[in-house]
Amino acid sequence: MAPTFGKCFTFCCAKTSPEGDEMATESYEAAIKGLNDLLSKKTDLGNVAAEKIKVLTQELKELDSSNNDAVERIKSGFTHFKTEKYLKNDALFSDLAKGQSPKFLVFACSDSRVCPSHILNFQPGEAFVVRNIANMVPPFDQKRHSGVGAAVEYAVVHLKVENIVVIGHSCCGGIKGLMSIEDDAAPTQSDFIENWVKIGAPARNKIKEENQDLSYDDQCNKCEKEAVNVSLGNLLSYPFVRAAVVKNTLAIRGAHYNFVKGTFDLWELDFKTTPAYAFS
Amino acid sequence: MVVSSISRKKPSLYNALAKSQNPKFLVFACSDSRVSPSHILNFQPGEAFEIRNIANMVPLFDKTQHSGAGAAMEYPITKLNVENILVIGHSRCGGIKALMSIEDDAAPNKSVFIENWVKIGTSAKNKIKEEFKDLSFEEQCTHCEKEAVNVTLGNLLSYPFVRERVEKGKLALRGAHYDFVDGTFELWELDVKTTPAFAFS
Repeated sequence: MAPTFGKCFTFCCAKTSPEGDEMATESYEAAIKGLNDLLSKKTDLGNVAAEKIKVLTQELKELDSSNNDAVERIKSGFTHFKTEKYLKNDALFSDLAKGQSPKFLVFACSDSRVCPSHILNFQPGEAFVVRNIANMVPPFDQKRHSGVGAAVEYAVVHLKVENIVVIGHSCCGGIKGLMSIEDDAAPTQSDFIENWVKIGAPARNKIKEENQDLSYDDQCNKCEKEAVNVSLGNLLSYPFVRAAVVKNTLAIRGAHYNFVKGTFDLWELDFKTTPAYAFS
Repeated sequence: MVVSSISRKKPSLYNALAKSQNPKFLVFACSDSRVSPSHILNFQPGEAFEIRNIANMVPLFDKTQHSGAGAAMEYPITKLNVENILVIGHSRCGGIKALMSIEDDAAPNKSVFIENWVKIGTSAKNKIKEEFKDLSFEEQCTHCEKEAVNVTLGNLLSYPFVRERVEKGKLALRGAHYDFVDGTFELWELDVKTTPAFAFS
């Protein structure tokens, strides 16, 4: 399989690559010739071929329209942004072109319904955002979790954000996946999902123990919030986070967005050292 | 705190979304505060499953070292059946700049995590440094921002659940570059097809 890059669009002008089209025509013609040759020898296959060709034609129609739809959607989306935001906020975008200084590092789920730009109305430049399944922050691990580590390191050490917010949400598929794992030792049913959501295992264990009488859905709801707390605790396993929190230059908060009820809960992680005793 | 105007103005959308999501797009974008896909492509709630990380990278399939990226793709592709993957690079990317600043891949890292992560794009860096020796560092970075998207598109194919769907024509892969200095957006596609096999006898 040889991937090639084709059909480059620059909005507002679209360019297409002719070489790809010629190759496609040649392979199509060869395929049709092959089919005709076969059917001329085996005429009883005609009806079967006709049915399959109808299905294929329909699939190709849908594919074509869905490809066109996708490109059109992207194009119209960018056009809207450019005319309604970019060109109307010259000063802001001139500043942002030079650099960013967001005050927030936000962890949110990748779920299509919970973008922080929507739910908290963050404008360009305000929030450095990490989005992953179930808005998890794993504990410090240079080998297994370099992705999250890099984002936290860049935001805290280089951009010097003042706030970290971890936002959980209702009906979270990742948390549901976590709560569905009955036996941690059993082989996983997915390639990746279970291993990732198991970051929140302490939350699941706590909820299952303390809320045995609740329905599964209610337990999931509690776990969505408790898993945020596990992530908040994991943040403290990063030395550069700990250093900034101890110096009071960084605040850590958890949140839960419920799109069924239309509510947003926010809480803080209080981290302080009590006066030490000096024995003599 | 109660969510304000948007959900009150579109109750039917939010009622539907409360039950389930059915996004058509899986979008990879950088965590940079200036490049939220909801802004730059006007995605509404429910339209796009988004993964945001440093320099919008997707590493090669690796269950041990990259479960986060794998999980974030496995869910939308195998459970939500998204039809399009879009990887968006951008101008003035700090992650790409960090990648391009690595002079010697074998030298010890100066950062705790950042270099190890951005090294996912090493083949892009090497290609740009070789082909564009005469350009300034900044111009090389711009080229690398786009080439790194291509590396990521290639890495996507190392995931069997991506490959299967791409081969069947159920999943389209596209790369993009958002330039907030010029106000432009480039979009390109990854064409993946198998040519007819030869049968030797």
